Amino acid sequence: MARDLAAGTTATPRAGSTTDAAPGARTAHGRRLAAPATVVAVGLALAGCSAIGADDGGQDATASPGEEGGTVVLVTHDSFLLSDDLVAQFEADTGLTLETVAPGDGGALVNQLILTKDAPLGDVVYGIDNTFASRAIAEGVLEPYTSPAASDDVEQYAVDDEGHLSAVDVGDVCINVDHEWFAQAGIPEPVTLEDLTAPEYRDLLVVTNPATSSPGLAFALATVAAFGEDGWLDYWAALRDNGLKVVSGWSDAYYVDFSGPTSEGDRPLVLSYASSPPYEVAEGATEAPTGALLDTCFRQVEYAGVLAGAANPEGARQVVDWLLSPEVQADIPESMYVYPVDSGVTLPESWTTYAPQPEEPYTLDPETISENRDDWIQAWTDTVVG
Amino acid sequence: MTAVAAARSGVVAGRGGRLLGHAGWALAVAAPLAFLGVFFALPVGTLVLRGFVADGALDLTGFTEVFSRPRTWRIIGLTLAQATVGTAISVLLGLPGAHLLYRREFRGRGVVRALVVVPFVLPTVVVGVAFRSVLSDSGPLGALGWDGTFAGVVAALVFFNYSVVVRTVGAFWVQLDRRAEDAAAALGAPPWRVFTSVTLPALTPAIASAASIVFLFCATAFGVVLVLGGTRYGTVETEIWVQTAQFLDLRAAAVLSVVQLVVVAGALLAAGRARDRRERALQMTAPERASRPPRLALRGPGRRAGDIAAVAVTGAVGVLLLALPLATVAVRSLRTPTGWGLDNYANLATTGGRNALSVTVWEATLTSLRVALDATVIAVVVGGLVALVVSRRPRARARRRAVRLLDAVFMLPLGVSAVTVGFGFLVALHRPLGLDLDLRSSPLLIPIAQAVVATPLVVRTVLPVLRAVDSRLHEAAAVLGASPARVLATVDWPVAARSLGLALGLAFAVSLGEFGATSFLARPERPTLPVVIFRLIGRPGAENLGMALAASVVLGLLTATVMSLAERLRHGSSVEI
Repeated sequence: MARDLAAGTTATPRAGSTTDAAPGARTAHGRRLAAPATVVAVGLALAGCSAIGADDGGQDATASPGEEGGTVVLVTHDSFLLSDDLVAQFEADTGLTLETVAPGDGGALVNQLILTKDAPLGDVVYGIDNTFASRAIAEGVLEPYTSPAASDDVEQYAVDDEGHLSAVDVGDVCINVDHEWFAQAGIPEPVTLEDLTAPEYRDLLVVTNPATSSPGLAFALATVAAFGEDGWLDYWAALRDNGLKVVSGWSDAYYVDFSGPTSEGDRPLVLSYASSPPYEVAEGATEAPTGALLDTCFRQVEYAGVLAGAANPEGARQVVDWLLSPEVQADIPESMYVYPVDSGVTLPESWTTYAPQPEEPYTLDPETISENRDDWIQAWTDTVVG
Repeated sequence: MTAVAAARSGVVAGRGGRLLGHAGWALAVAAPLAFLGVFFALPVGTLVLRGFVADGALDLTGFTEVFSRPRTWRIIGLTLAQATVGTAISVLLGLPGAHLLYRREFRGRGVVRALVVVPFVLPTVVVGVAFRSVLSDSGPLGALGWDGTFAGVVAALVFFNYSVVVRTVGAFWVQLDRRAEDAAAALGAPPWRVFTSVTLPALTPAIASAASIVFLFCATAFGVVLVLGGTRYGTVETEIWVQTAQFLDLRAAAVLSVVQLVVVAGALLAAGRARDRRERALQMTAPERASRPPRLALRGPGRRAGDIAAVAVTGAVGVLLLALPLATVAVRSLRTPTGWGLDNYANLATTGGRNALSVTVWEATLTSLRVALDATVIAVVVGGLVALVVSRRPRARARRRAVRLLDAVFMLPLGVSAVTVGFGFLVALHRPLGLDLDLRSSPLLIPIAQAVVATPLVVRTVLPVLRAVDSRLHEAAAVLGASPARVLATVDWPVAARSLGLALGLAFAVSLGEFGATSFLARPERPTLPVVIFRLIGRPGAENLGMALAASVVLGLLTATVMSLAERLRHGSSVEI
């Protein structure tokens, strides 16, 4: 339909102009017509393969092996990415066609699942994190399933006893430090959370807002875990008085305020991930210009689960098994910039060198997070923003 | 061909033609309404209703609860203040810009006109980073201390919306008959007097049109407020997002959505009033005469004080507000870990540092162009029909009211949160209207979502021009027996075609840059350019940042090209009235 309309709307003014023009004006118009003609030509060329036309071909091309198993729809966040080979292998092994939809991330993803509970967006979900896990289970969007592929590593992060969610990957949110800045300033780098309130680190730290940013929330939770429900707000008051800067999102903090090699800011301490430093290592360099402070980390866990009311529950379970398989686990660090949950996986070399995992990150029970998240964010806002 | 000639040749059209005409009008009203109903009213209505239903019963206690929070009132106040100040400054700065870029001729004018639109489509996350790089303590304008302040937010709002005023007012201004001004001047009125008592009143419909769009954009600004407002400044829009995506509090979100609708409806009503007061047939000139504005002269006998002021204001706006952040993006896109170069642009053919993406940036660009094309077609057809219907002034008072209501209703999508629309799609478009059809997974949904946002812009662009058609021409043609279709083809179409190029361009540009609703519908295997940029800038590493900025430059250039082509399309159509 759009193809015909496109031709009609863009071509008509041209027709009108030639008939209406006085004979003398025709040459002048002829030159001016070049532009509309280009627009029409480009338009037609694009319309020939516009979204409607293109999608049929695009989808079908990858759908060849899926005769007997049908289609399984994976609902995930927009950072979901795995090697094409792995997906092709999965489809060949199971006879399923894997389709992904990415309607949002973090809280948005969970809320969408809750809203569409009666007519789920897909069969299986991947990407619910430990700050929203309990909420998702309590709202009944998930079907229990314990994968035979689940190892003790997966068990360790279980949210409940029925097995509504299986941990797939973990990521640690940590304060990152600009080594060069501290070397030049001749100040020793901070190590612990307490250090950050010391006068020598005044005006050096930038973090993100827990109300609008998921690493921001994770860091607030780290302080709750570290100082307890009675002490964490005092800690934040001390940070605030020590010249803390709060911005709304990660890109903002990392690329504007941080003094690291790709940034232009003047703050050498930024809230980011334990896996960020390898990205800053220039080609051929042997030392990372930035590092993560491993005593300041909070562990984010991402889960997968079968959606209640799935059209293809069997396929959904196969996807969960697949996500926990050694092949996918090994692909996770390079593809999705987080650590696999399976501790048996060999990490890429740049990760073991520049992104060691913190051994004892701060953690909180997902149930406790779910119960208190809103109040904590509110209390944080009252303390830090005032 | 003149209207009278058209009418004469249409004398044969009889009663049958008239009946057909009525059916045509009915269709012109029904088709856009059905589109808006299914793809806007239904999703938004369903989602908002969800917020007011608890345990199967209507529960309006959310209102009392949300309104008892001091935070709510603070946010409503901030939204209104930001939008009002942002709109006022955009209009004040935009008028001299429109004058300079549309009423004066100078070398490079076409390039400047095209570049002015670039900010309008740049992804807010990139603009946020660029703006903060300029305004933060270590940036070139850090001394102003605007980072995370009200002034910073307003500056960014003006950055985004300046072009809306320049374009909307300029396109109208260029077609105004200059003879009234010349007459006033000949009678001895000083230039400022000519401007305030002849030009400004004549421009009011276009200014009101532009101001209402800008107000809606400002009142619903999201990303830029989030990034630049820091933790202190929020709007109803950011609050709806926080409540929906973070607190999962649909009740509060629904109450805030209603508040947003009320604010938007109020703004539309006020703008409609302002337009109505000036509603009359304006004298438009043929483009041949209009398209030769005087050359800009800042020295010598031809110089005018007004021009010098316009150049000063527009130059300052251009350099400080538009060029500085844009240059920041462009310059940083050329920086590589080893120095300066085009590496980041070469990388656009890859999937980013450590495979940050699932497709290359060029593939995403192609997806964006395809989607934008579909969206533009939908928006221009729907918006064109609406503009046509709304441009008529029926005699019956009830019909006149209905027409005005239709006008306002189609502006609403600009004033409703992208989160609400995006979530609404997911809730309402599974078996819409009882049909056995899951529209949520349809690839058509993305262009449709973008068309919903672009349609109001098409209406606002085409409508002022159509409205300015002297209704006596319609009457004369009808009296002489021309069928309604004939009247449309010979009276309205030639005039509308003038603004169609601009409408096409704007719709295409809006669709290219749309991120809000798209981000809820995007498919990981086929993301659009803004979605890809958002992902790249969300990853650490020089390569990813460099690519995000290079991709933003590509998006900006693409937009500028489309706009300048669209503008030429407008000139290409010759019209005689």
